[in-house]
Amino acid sequence: MAILLLADHDAAGLAGQTARALTAALQIGGDVHILVAGVNARPAAEAASRLAGVAQVLLAETAAFEHALAEPLADLIVSLAPGYDTILGAATSTGKNVLPRVAALLDVAQVSDIVEVVSADTFKRPIYAGNAIQTVQATDATRVITVRTASFAATGEGGNAPIEPVEAVAACGLSRFVGETAPISDRPELASARVILSGGRALGSLEKFNERILPVADKLGAAVGASRAAVDAGYAPNDWQVGQTGKIVAPQLYIAVGISGAIQHLAGMKDSKVIVAINRDEDAPIFQIADYGLVADLFVALPELEKAL
Amino acid sequence: MKILVPVKRVVDFNVKIRVKPDGSGVDLQNVKMSMNPFDEIAVEEALRLKEAGKAEEVVVVSIGPAKAEETLRTALAMGADRAILVETDDAVEPLAVAKILKAVGEAEQPGLILLGKQAIDDDCNQTGQMLAALLGWGQGTFASKVELASDAVTVTREVDGGLQTVSLRLPAVVTTDLRLNEPRYASLPNIMRAKKKPLDRRTPADFGVATAARLRILRTEEPARRMAGVKVGSVAELVDRLRTEAGVL
Ligand SMILES: Cc1cc2nc3c(=O)[nH]c(=O)nc-3n(C[C@H](O)[C@H](O)[C@H](O)COP(=O)(O)OP(=O)(O)OC[C@H]3O[C@@H](n4cnc5c(N)ncnc54)[C@H](O)[C@@H]3O)c2cc1C
Ligand SMILES: Nc1ncnc2c1ncn2[C@@H]1O[C@H](COP(=O)(O)O)[C@@H](O)[C@H]1O
Repeated sequence: MAILLLADHDAAGLAGQTARALTAALQIGGDVHILVAGVNARPAAEAASRLAGVAQVLLAETAAFEHALAEPLADLIVSLAPGYDTILGAATSTGKNVLPRVAALLDVAQVSDIVEVVSADTFKRPIYAGNAIQTVQATDATRVITVRTASFAATGEGGNAPIEPVEAVAACGLSRFVGETAPISDRPELASARVILSGGRALGSLEKFNERILPVADKLGAAVGASRAAVDAGYAPNDWQVGQTGKIVAPQLYIAVGISGAIQHLAGMKDSKVIVAINRDEDAPIFQIADYGLVADLFVALPELEKAL
Repeated sequence: MKILVPVKRVVDFNVKIRVKPDGSGVDLQNVKMSMNPFDEIAVEEALRLKEAGKAEEVVVVSIGPAKAEETLRTALAMGADRAILVETDDAVEPLAVAKILKAVGEAEQPGLILLGKQAIDDDCNQTGQMLAALLGWGQGTFASKVELASDAVTVTREVDGGLQTVSLRLPAVVTTDLRLNEPRYASLPNIMRAKKKPLDRRTPADFGVATAARLRILRTEEPARRMAGVKVGSVAELVDRLRTEAGVL
């Protein structure tokens, strides 16, 4: 039977994470349909149709879908569900919000955050902040899944799937969009960046975080991350947090500066290809997983690094 | 209005768990257990809403073994008014937890149910969304700010691109993110007082909910271990090695 993949998009384009979740969908096997729900979202649907291996794109356009609110989106997916035996999405804030609602409405379990497809109904997923990996087999007739995108490469272009309009379901009126902070940054997105430079509590203030981390990130072409302590202290915005409860990333190069390496932080970055740690405490736990460790004061090391790049 | 707060007893966040060598699960013998950190935040938020005069009663509920009473007593010591323990030794999956909570919700008629966004043992991040679905209520997940009015709640949510604010018709389900508040510590007199607060004991069968697992756990294993690498002597050496050895610059 067929697989329905919920797209993450901003109407103008498709999020890179959807191309990664698609890779998991293709491994599960079957015709993959991508659902693009939004307003003026045809460009995103077109981007989805170009991805290799996609059989069909479903485009649902009404005002109710503009902000990806969980209630109308879940109702839409449930209305489409009879045609699918697997419904999945990237484990983004949208996927995590919407898909469990879908699973409950279908009376099936959800498998969260899969990192490996073992077979069509069996998956690996991390538990305890990634300190254990469980292999689970879903026994329900419909499988609802979120995909940890850091664990799957993106599927490339090369497809030309037809785009079909779908009927929107009636708005349920349970929730209403009020506002959002506009994404400000022209930096690479954390979830898909090749290089990430992350700062911790040791940066000491918003000013120093900006003054020390950002220029080096610019030189590296890096996305900027942060520890929870740095975010809580207001040095960095919440969507920069890397870790168990922030973003899960696996770039080619992850540089942790003034971050101790708590398990909750490691949970978000320990699958990076190369890890660099800069910390003045030679016993900091981050050094236990770093490929390259530099014991140094970051206020000395970062300006040096900026010059050396 | 009444606020219902589901709280889960989990391995303390400071514990580095051990996987059993035979792949059968995680070793929980003699491991420190605590209230799920996100649930502490949910309890704290409910108490603050009560203290601000926006709610009259805070009821906490836990589904788990007899020892989950300790978790409920912690919530009572923080200031919750009464507790419900739905006792079972089974590992209960989020869908079944949500079904039990739905039944509790129908009996208690809260205006708001505040849950943690995620239990730090199973890391599922499902229960609140499932509960909202089963009740047919709106959901405000990953909340970093909650403003409660008489007929609606405004929730600021931590999302991938920053913050999103939604307004939900009441009753509604809200799940907490870390930055919503800093939970208080229970004082010694309050811990003593909590021992006498009412705690109602039930079972999943009382609510007609089957807790049989829908997911078969085939194996639990250690993640691939990462070896510590080398210490470099200077920034120059670091950059050189990243260029020539690792090839990532
Ligand atoms: C439920 C839960 C979920 C969590 N989720 C996350 C999460 O998603 N992400 C996350 O990051 N954390 C998370 N945490 C928090 C985590 O436990 C740690 O508290 C946090 O990661 C610590 O941040 P830090 O390393 O920046 O700060 P600290 O632990 O304070 O470390 C600062 C480090 O900087 C070093 N340092 C100080 N000055 C200098 C200097 N001048 N030069 C160089 N080095 C210096 C110190 O040696 C130290 O190692 C979570 C916690 C809980 C309970
Ligand atoms: N057994 C349980 N008893 C009470 N509350 C629970 C239980 N399991 C999950 N919850 C609630 O649901 C939230 C999310 O859990 P989960 O979906 O398992 O990640 C937790 O933070 C709790 O608020």
